[in-house]
Amino acid sequence: MTKVNVTINGQPVEAEAGMTILEAAQLAGIDVPTFCYDPQLFGAGACRICVVEVENARNLPASCVTPIWEGMVINTESEKVVQARKANLSLLLANHPLDCLTCEKSGECKLQDYCYKYGVTESDFVGDVKDFPLEESNPFFERDMNKCILCGKCVQVCHEINGAGAIDYAFRGFASTISPAFGEPVENSPCVFCGMCTDICPVGALTPKLSKFKGRAWEINKVKTICPYCGTGCAIDLHVKGNEVVGASGNREGLANKGHVCVKGHYGWDFIHSPDRLTKPLIKKDGKFEEASWEEALSLVADKFKAAGAEGLAGLSSARCTNEDNYLFQKLLRVMGSNSVDHCARL
Amino acid sequence: MTAKPKIVVGLGTCGIAAGGREIYNAIEKALTENNIDAELTQTGCIGACENEVLVDIAKPGQPRISYGKVTEEKIGEVVTNHLLHDKIDREFALGKIGEGELSAEYDDLPYFFTDLPFYEKQVRLCLRNCGFINPEKIDEYVERDGYQALKQVITEMKPEEVVEVIKSSGLRGRGGGGFSTGMKWQFTMNAVGDKKYVVCNADEGDPGAFMDRSILEGDPHSVMEGMAIAGYAVGADEGYIYCRAEYPLAVNRLKMAIEQAKEKNFLGDNIFGTDFSFNLKVKEGAGAFVCGEETALLMSIEGKRGMPRPRPPFPANEGLFGKPTCLNNVETFANVPVVILDGPEKFASIGTEGSKGTKVFALTGSINRTGLAEVPMGITLEEVVYDVAGGIIDDGKFKAVQAGGPSGGCIPEDLLHLPIDYDSLTEAGAMMGSGGLVVMGEDTCMVDIARYFLSFTQIESCGKCTPCREGTKRMLEILERIVAGEGKPDDIEKLKTLGEAISATALCGLGQTAPNPVLTTLRYFQEEYEQHIFDKRCVAGICVDLMFYLIDAELCNGCGRCRKACPVSAISGDKKEVHVIDKETCIKCGVCVEKCKQEAISLQS
Ligand SMILES: Cc1cc2nc3c(=O)[nH]c(=O)nc-3n(C[C@H](O)[C@H](O)[C@H](O)COP(=O)(O)O)c2cc1C
Ligand code: SF4
Ligand code: SF4
Ligand code: SF4
Ligand code: FES
Repeated sequence: MTKVNVTINGQPVEAEAGMTILEAAQLAGIDVPTFCYDPQLFGAGACRICVVEVENARNLPASCVTPIWEGMVINTESEKVVQARKANLSLLLANHPLDCLTCEKSGECKLQDYCYKYGVTESDFVGDVKDFPLEESNPFFERDMNKCILCGKCVQVCHEINGAGAIDYAFRGFASTISPAFGEPVENSPCVFCGMCTDICPVGALTPKLSKFKGRAWEINKVKTICPYCGTGCAIDLHVKGNEVVGASGNREGLANKGHVCVKGHYGWDFIHSPDRLTKPLIKKDGKFEEASWEEALSLVADKFKAAGAEGLAGLSSARCTNEDNYLFQKLLRVMGSNSVDHCARL
Repeated sequence: MTAKPKIVVGLGTCGIAAGGREIYNAIEKALTENNIDAELTQTGCIGACENEVLVDIAKPGQPRISYGKVTEEKIGEVVTNHLLHDKIDREFALGKIGEGELSAEYDDLPYFFTDLPFYEKQVRLCLRNCGFINPEKIDEYVERDGYQALKQVITEMKPEEVVEVIKSSGLRGRGGGGFSTGMKWQFTMNAVGDKKYVVCNADEGDPGAFMDRSILEGDPHSVMEGMAIAGYAVGADEGYIYCRAEYPLAVNRLKMAIEQAKEKNFLGDNIFGTDFSFNLKVKEGAGAFVCGEETALLMSIEGKRGMPRPRPPFPANEGLFGKPTCLNNVETFANVPVVILDGPEKFASIGTEGSKGTKVFALTGSINRTGLAEVPMGITLEEVVYDVAGGIIDDGKFKAVQAGGPSGGCIPEDLLHLPIDYDSLTEAGAMMGSGGLVVMGEDTCMVDIARYFLSFTQIESCGKCTPCREGTKRMLEILERIVAGEGKPDDIEKLKTLGEAISATALCGLGQTAPNPVLTTLRYFQEEYEQHIFDKRCVAGICVDLMFYLIDAELCNGCGRCRKACPVSAISGDKKEVHVIDKETCIKCGVCVEKCKQEAISLQS
């Protein structure tokens, strides 16, 4: 890798050729605010909050999409930059409902964080505000386009990562918004409810319904686990408040999924605390299920296997098992003398 | 074949709008009725749009006579007089073109291009064929050296040599940015790719601009020839012309021209028997201003929503469908055959140090001669406004000229000496843009003009980036407040800081330049903003909310008609006594003005 030397906030940084200013800054441990940037997405350069000052440049370039060059002198917090960021935040605030008191995103909202950082308490501009109806007719998430800051990340994740292409920009100018085709509710679009858009939204415009009013960001402990629904092995974070699971999201460290999830891993966690859930084995006695110990249940199964003999034994395994599980399962049956093995995904 | 007289009717969009088709039919009728054997044909815009409908009549061996502003009733007579009696109707005759025998009686007729003040200072390179050839007949283009430049290039030159020629001509992009065309071609030529494209930007979305439309309507082959030459130079075998669907005539003529060029093998496979192949497609745009921005344009051709993306990567490296793409403006391409045939030295001898050749301007606004003018770079704004355009209507006083459309700025009288070149205009806060020049007289309110342009950019913003989408909206709201008489003392400061922040941080040229009309009017006409805000006055008399109706006590005879007509009873006065209007109550409907027989009531600022 060719090295490129730049100076960021007076500090010499040895970065790699092809890096953006933002990446070089991150390498040097310098934090630059971003709304629309995500390393998994193509550089959009939409929100302009990440602008920095570059010596001898005409404008303030967006650091997330501007490549570095040898000898570049960058200031990420100059007076000009701070003024520009304040103006940007002020413009966003002028068109944003300030209901942080009940907003699900409060505490992990980037708009809130940056307004705090730059001391923007209210907007310099009063005027028209957007007025879109809340969209909540689907079972999984709410879309409140009045809170949307049009960073475009949901559109990108839906097109570039999921491939569903359910939503896109609509209209122009101040009327711009993100919408499924023809302004239909999202359930009438190709949306598959993966919910990755809700994970990536930097503000409270897209929020999962199941988690609503179940906990604030700072009360939630994210516990990494593997999604139990299929053999892919996606890493997800269970959002735990106290001893209760109140949500889930993709975990980017997951080698299999890099944070991407499907509808089940994202929204299918509510069985965990379901009163209907089986937590102990049941044995049917006199036509009625009765709780039993594991010892008792397993012995019963073993006895029945013996009674049936190899000829009378067949196995059906589950798509929720990994390849390795399935392999062992068929091995087990064959050891027991039966070749009658099948799998639910073949149905 | 014995030569026939030829009659040419101007049927560009301007000619058609002025009734060109009816004139054409009337001529046809006159020819049949009088049994005259003449060739009746059409041509594109010759530039003098205000003189449309233009009809040129030429008898063999005689100069061609241009008639302007002809009427449906009189045209038959004009034609028969000319063709049967050699009589030229001086009511309509504008001038003569070319040489030939003509009765001495008409010696005083001016030469169209050299004597008419509109054309005197023009140099017609790009528009060399507009108004001369029938754009729907490829042979007429070929007769005027059409496709000779392409032939020369692909049979005699290497691609690198072509790029060198374009570079040394000093040709810069005519689409607004003014980037060196030769350099752009070089980057595309050097870019690695199994497939490359040439794209022509014919989106032309600026209000008041119609240069590109006129070229496409009047001489589509010159643009196509330029594109094919570019294709050879950069190594592309396919091109797109992105033309707005609101230009149906241009789109049709382009499609027709492409078909005709294919038949003649000026397009298609193995052009001129070489192994160079080049094909062209027309893609119609839906009329978004932002789709004129090159990256948005490419997205739109790909079938996506037209939204700009950051550069780098530049289209030369990653353009259409991710392939290296050479993208230029209509006028840029139309210049290319001229550069090749006349040689780069000749082209570079026109213009200034940094800006070579000519520029076509669409002249509109309060001027005597509106239309399309091609002038050499370096000509002053003053020459364009006064000599070419004939000064302000009704001997009015000049106030400002808006150069560069919504991305440009208003230039005041004391900068009229500025030469027209890329750098001088940018320095003045305006820009060359694509070539719209809107000339404004004293009766123009600069705050209102700024508001108008901003209302345009705001609705045309693609919505992608915050400064442009939200910022132009707030600037517009402030301006709307000021023209409504509700301006606040800190509004000027707010406009300046917000405008500067938008310019510095927006993603694409639309947002970066959107504040220009406001910033330049603030720079040159700040006192007008102050009058609106502090004195609640609009001296130009444009902002209705700042005006009031006044009854002239000298003229009022106390008839009371106005008092009875006023819907809000704002007028009081006894019979036969002078009446007065209460400013607070008045809703400025203007009914009283209509009712007053004495003409005593007028709007005052
Ligand atoms: C908002 C916006 C609108 C534009 N519209 C046009 C246009 O209508 N025609 C055009 O040729 N260039 C337009 N441009 C400039 C193009 O992006 C591009 O620079 C140009 O077409 C390149 O061609 P050239 O080098 O021949 O000038 C526009 C740019 C912006 C930012
Ligand atoms: S839930 Fe998934 S598929 Fe649906 S809109 Fe969001 S990203 Fe697209
Ligand atoms: S909904 Fe969220 S992710 Fe989507 S554009 Fe708006 S702010 Fe960005
Ligand atoms: S500057 Fe305006 S038009 Fe350009 S990308 Fe931003 S929002 Fe879109
Ligand atoms: S984070 Fe760079 S433009 Fe949005």
